[in-house]
Amino acid sequence: MKKVEAIIRPENFQALRDKLEEIGINGLTVSEVAGCGQQKGQQGLFRGNTFEIKLLPKVKVEMVVEPEFVDEIVQIIQATCSTNTIGDGKIFIIPIENAIRIRTGEDGIQAIV
Amino acid sequence: MKKKITALLVSSFLIGSVASADGPTVESVSASLDSTWVMIAAFLVFFMHAGFAMVESGFTRSKNTLNILMKNILTVSIASVLYFLVGYGFMFGSTGGGFIGIDSFALAGVEDIGFFVFQAVFAATCATIISGAVAERIKLGSYMVLTILMTGFIYPVVGHWIWQGDGWLTALGFVDFAGSTVVHLTGALGAIVAVKFLGARIGKYSNGKVNVIPGSNIPLGALGVFILWFGWFGFNGGSTLAADPSLVPSVIATTLLSASCGVLSTAFYSLLKFKRIDASLTLNGALAGLVGITAGAADVSLVGSIIIGLVAGIILIEAVQFIDRGLKLDDPVGAIAVHGVCGIWGTVAVGLFATSGGLFYGGGASLLGVQALGVAAVIVWTVATVGLSIFIMMKVSPIRVSREEEIAGLDFAEHGSSAYEFRDSILTDSSPKVATDFGSGLVQRLDSLGTKTKNA
Repeated sequence: MKKVEAIIRPENFQALRDKLEEIGINGLTVSEVAGCGQQKGQQGLFRGNTFEIKLLPKVKVEMVVEPEFVDEIVQIIQATCSTNTIGDGKIFIIPIENAIRIRTGEDGIQAIV
Repeated sequence: MKKKITALLVSSFLIGSVASADGPTVESVSASLDSTWVMIAAFLVFFMHAGFAMVESGFTRSKNTLNILMKNILTVSIASVLYFLVGYGFMFGSTGGGFIGIDSFALAGVEDIGFFVFQAVFAATCATIISGAVAERIKLGSYMVLTILMTGFIYPVVGHWIWQGDGWLTALGFVDFAGSTVVHLTGALGAIVAVKFLGARIGKYSNGKVNVIPGSNIPLGALGVFILWFGWFGFNGGSTLAADPSLVPSVIATTLLSASCGVLSTAFYSLLKFKRIDASLTLNGALAGLVGITAGAADVSLVGSIIIGLVAGIILIEAVQFIDRGLKLDDPVGAIAVHGVCGIWGTVAVGLFATSGGLFYGGGASLLGVQALGVAAVIVWTVATVGLSIFIMMKVSPIRVSREEEIAGLDFAEHGSSAYEFRDSILTDSSPKVATDFGSGLVQRLDSLGTKTKNA
């Protein structure tokens, strides 16, 4: 089992979710996150004082899948979440030791399908 | 007790029927109208406290909201009772040398109770101006002591000088129709002294840098500004103290125009200065225009009110910047600039724009001189009394919360709970069986993401 973890632009999330559903990926965990990288922050203005917003809002999408799905998922993420500009985000692929479904106690692949 | 009430009802019924037997006179109808208008105006001024509470809640951080709400509702309550007990007497009692009232305490011998109600909500307004400037760091108890002093003594003395009729500034011809100086400048002076003693919020100034502490809820602040503006029609309009058709509409018109011009000039000037329309400053701009017109609402022309409002907006931005960056006085809501600096402007502007006696209307500089003298006298009095009071308070115990409490937020430290429970199911120890709505806000936000681009 592998976990695919993608940090993406919030505005690209819906398109990604639709595409993932099309290939049968229904199990997702999504969080609103903030981060920084190569993309520069923004300059804000409040009561006449400027300030730097260094962290930018992103969405983190996590899914644990069977290894053979990984390449296809990565392609979909790249296709739907790339705007060819700095700040599109990153994909991390992490090996998963085991998974257990809390309700039934099933583990391994059974727990994630 | 029951008997008494019945007797009262019967007697009032009798009086009523006697009056109707005579038929209403022109005088009685006119008195009823006057009283009704002043009472409606009093309700509007009372509602301004909701405006203050919302502006202050919106412009500060969410960890201090409960504390701000408590300060605002306690202020209006303390002010009403204290103004009844002593404030009204010091302000409108028979004069002691033009300086202070010496009778009418607890309204002894006072017949016009409606006038007391109207003045009591004004006293509360003066005190509540301070609460915004000292927000997020003053101890609730210290603030309460200051409110008692302001509404019971310091403000009534200023009011006596200017509004009692025998006050020494009235005798000189000082004009302050609804209180640019009496209410707003006095409140702001209390604020500036308190802020000076308190110091800035942690993190506001570091290594000579001015940091931004954004407000937690600008929509709430905007609602507060609208409520204040709405209430101001009573604040200025009711200060006619009569439903006078030759005066009330023009007072409402000058109030409307000046506030609008305050907004326009703040928006335009911030665009010029910062390349963007600064939202919270523009909201303050309405209040700047309102404070600016308060002194002259009945004495300037409509064109005069437009100029007063336009100038107030520009003064506001310069004052906020100077107080924040130059003086390094941390005023989260801009109360000192709005009520103090624009209060001075409004008072002085009467000397320039008053259609009778103003410099620009051929009245010479004498009114202008009297207005300036009045402002100076109020500054000396308020700064001295508030300064001495806080100095003594600080000898007894610190007026500022501890560093730990300030960082954690005053809501939890002073009141034991928070205004906003973002994470109910994590914070409460009783866990509901089905936490169906946990995270529902996040789900809605995520679901709405990107729908715009999808539909386009």
